[in-house]
Amino acid sequence: MKNFKNLSFFLTILLALTLLTSHAKSTDECFEKASRVIFKFNMALDDIILEPIAKGYNKLPSPLKKGTSNFTSNISTLLSIPNNILQGNLKQVGHSVGSFAVNTTVGILGFLNPAEKMGLKPNKEDVGQTLGSWGIGPGCYFVLPVLGPTTARDSIGLIADTFVDPFAQVTIRENEILSSSGNALDYYSVKGMTAVDYRADNDKSLESLEKNSIDLYSSLKSVYLQDRENKIRNSIEDQDEWGNLDN
Amino acid sequence: MRKTFTYLCLIFFFSQSSLLSSYSSNPKDFINELVTDAIEKLADENLDKNQKASFVEDLALKNVDINALGLYTLGELRKSSSKEDIVNYQKTFEKYFLKSLTSRLTDYSSSKFEVLGNERKSDNYTIVKSKIIPDDGSPQIKIDWRVYTKNPEKPLIRDLIVEGLSLARTQKEEFASILISNNNDIKILINKLEDFVND
Repeated sequence: MKNFKNLSFFLTILLALTLLTSHAKSTDECFEKASRVIFKFNMALDDIILEPIAKGYNKLPSPLKKGTSNFTSNISTLLSIPNNILQGNLKQVGHSVGSFAVNTTVGILGFLNPAEKMGLKPNKEDVGQTLGSWGIGPGCYFVLPVLGPTTARDSIGLIADTFVDPFAQVTIRENEILSSSGNALDYYSVKGMTAVDYRADNDKSLESLEKNSIDLYSSLKSVYLQDRENKIRNSIEDQDEWGNLDN
Repeated sequence: MRKTFTYLCLIFFFSQSSLLSSYSSNPKDFINELVTDAIEKLADENLDKNQKASFVEDLALKNVDINALGLYTLGELRKSSSKEDIVNYQKTFEKYFLKSLTSRLTDYSSSKFEVLGNERKSDNYTIVKSKIIPDDGSPQIKIDWRVYTKNPEKPLIRDLIVEGLSLARTQKEEFASILISNNNDIKILINKLEDFVND
């Protein structure tokens, strides 16, 4: 009961932040000083834990890496199904359901990706993207401990994800599907693996960004916001901001 | 002996320079020829890091619109800054850009490059779509090139959009953050760029 009250309080604050700042530019900060301190903490954590693991992971044989990546990607497809429904994107619902069904069975629990060869390519969707597709602005930007960059809208989405994600339902909430369920450890293990896989994939890019940035915090903020915009649009749209340079 | 070596180096670099200016004026072919040439040089084991850095710098100076990129990354401040500050900023930005670019590219690992198509946005801009397939089995990378075509005889690169992330926009937002926290003082930004170049 107490946990529920805490969650409600936290959600109310985030909702208020989103409503108050949804028309703000996404580059606006909620509390920059605190975010920069958290960012430093996250970078230290990355140096000590995530980066060495990611470098070790990158040394694994390619099939093993690919299999792990496919496995985590297949599980994350589950979150895309309800979100595609909420976005009314029926074609993508078909891609998500089809891909999950084929990869979990023919693809041996998702370690292989035969669905891709069948032309099933599901976009990754989450509640933050769904809210964005409904026209809700990102609100202000901040950094969460461990989890990294987010916006007011995306942080609400992050919490809501654990309610709409079927995988979270059978693990964190231990609801049974086909008489079986998992536990919170399963959920966080998969999320941890996903983070390592993502970090390993972007190891060289992050290294290059770290080496060449004058203000790494701002560079990563820009990268995060651009990436979210693209994911909400489901396309890489060219924003012609260069036009007025020639006037 | 030393003199002979210097002359040989000079001949080598001038011969490289003459190759650099021979790219096509068609944006799609321009990118294809330029990147294919760059990949060949960067993968050449007979060239050391300094030679590769020199090649990349020369390539960028001739084919990237560094002045326009500098103005773009300055944002609205380009309109309110004095001419002298803008000139100083552009000089420093060029050094910063070249150092940053060479440090990124000289560690290049072997890849295949393919131009997928192009989209003419206006008289001034064409977006050339391409992909890079790393030889080490890493996922392929989509890269869009914003090519400035105001002078149809001499296309220039103004931006790279890597997997949807515009490098120019990232740079602009990084500089904006520095400027905001320093009362929009362009001199502080110039100092920070100089610190990076001299580091």
